[in-house]
Amino acid sequence: MFSVLCALRRIGADSVITDNPEEIAAADKVIFPGVGEASTAMRYLTEHRLDELIKGLRQPVLGICIGLQLLCRSSEEGNTKCIGIFDVDVKRFDNKEKPELKIPQMGWNTIEVKPNRLIEPKLDGSYVYFVHSYYAPLSKYTIAVTDYIQPYSAALHRDNFFATQFHPEKSGSVGEIILKKFMEL
Amino acid sequence: MLAKRIIPCLDVKDGTTVKGVNFVNLKFAGDPVELGKRYSDEGADELVFLDITASFEGRKTFVDMVRRVAENVSIPFTVGGGIGSIEDVEKLLEAGADKVSVNSSAINNPQLIDDIARHFGNQVCVAAIDARNVDGDWLCYEKGGRVPTSRHLFEWAHEAQERGAGEVLFTSMDHDGVKHGFACEAIAQLHDLLDIPVIASGGCGAKEHFLDVFKSGQADAALAASVFHFGEIAIPDLKEYLADNGVTVRKIKVQ
Repeated sequence: MFSVLCALRRIGADSVITDNPEEIAAADKVIFPGVGEASTAMRYLTEHRLDELIKGLRQPVLGICIGLQLLCRSSEEGNTKCIGIFDVDVKRFDNKEKPELKIPQMGWNTIEVKPNRLIEPKLDGSYVYFVHSYYAPLSKYTIAVTDYIQPYSAALHRDNFFATQFHPEKSGSVGEIILKKFMEL
Repeated sequence: MLAKRIIPCLDVKDGTTVKGVNFVNLKFAGDPVELGKRYSDEGADELVFLDITASFEGRKTFVDMVRRVAENVSIPFTVGGGIGSIEDVEKLLEAGADKVSVNSSAINNPQLIDDIARHFGNQVCVAAIDARNVDGDWLCYEKGGRVPTSRHLFEWAHEAQERGAGEVLFTSMDHDGVKHGFACEAIAQLHDLLDIPVIASGGCGAKEHFLDVFKSGQADAALAASVFHFGEIAIPDLKEYLADNGVTVRKIKVQ
């Protein structure tokens, strides 16, 4: 989370880390990085009633990594019912057919960019940084595709909700371009 | 396709980079943050900062440095050196490090790997292993390679994975500093044995050595220090060379 804060500072955006509902509701933009394991993270959100709050947000929201997965309908990780912005069920990578591809996927992979408001066309084919064992399959919300074991959603969009499976805050200049764009939405 | 990673390693003592740096532009020499930023701009995929300070004061300086790296560098970085407890890890992660590497302390207290993985996730814990080939048997060493242990490379690497390490960073002490190439055979064996990524270290002196460690060693990442610090290999040239020879590497498309 500190790295997201640092990345925002580098692009000149003010931010605070908070779980305070009023503060979140009043923010211009909300970034939802999500940390750790899905069921634990989801339990924290429901206990603090943040799941309902996030669902009702009208300002631009950006989920990152587990944040993307928690914005989906469910996750295989801990059989978790998630927030459900995207009607997508998150699955675990299965490398039985391709044992040489390790799980988690860790490192830099490319994105194929579809027309959308967050990731500019010039970033098509760029490398971004991933660390994950679970993925969102392709869907009508997919705005960027990455291939690891099979093609899956590297980024999603629906209404005011955006989400990236990769870490823009760790993806060098490409990530900074995406974060800047998000701040301009 | 997932790219093979190139990782420069910086040894830091009392807040300054120790191994000499021989860049043309000397203002980068010394400050690990400036150096890290420069490598990042040149296309390094990750950075490793090793704290080789012994004193308490030096440790505090290192945490400050980690904070400055996090503020200035936009690629992932690992920190290591003298990490012996969850509290140490917490301090470094709070300062903005993405991963920590544990070496001697994990050999002496393997439970440390379980604890780091449970508290912060597997991806945070890099098991660093220094080993030397003694009569055909790879023996692990501790205390910066000075003290032999009863551990064997493959057995210990596997145990580290089972305990929750997210990556193994293997340094061949026989190859380190010699610049005749990586220990590709042992690295390939690690690759076959483990499900987690293997970072190869020790022995690189030329671009061909990187090609070799990715092709015959099947390493997921390669780490080097002096060839980068002394300007013997420039990262953009190295990546060009690897790409020309069929290795998937990340090239920077947009600045």
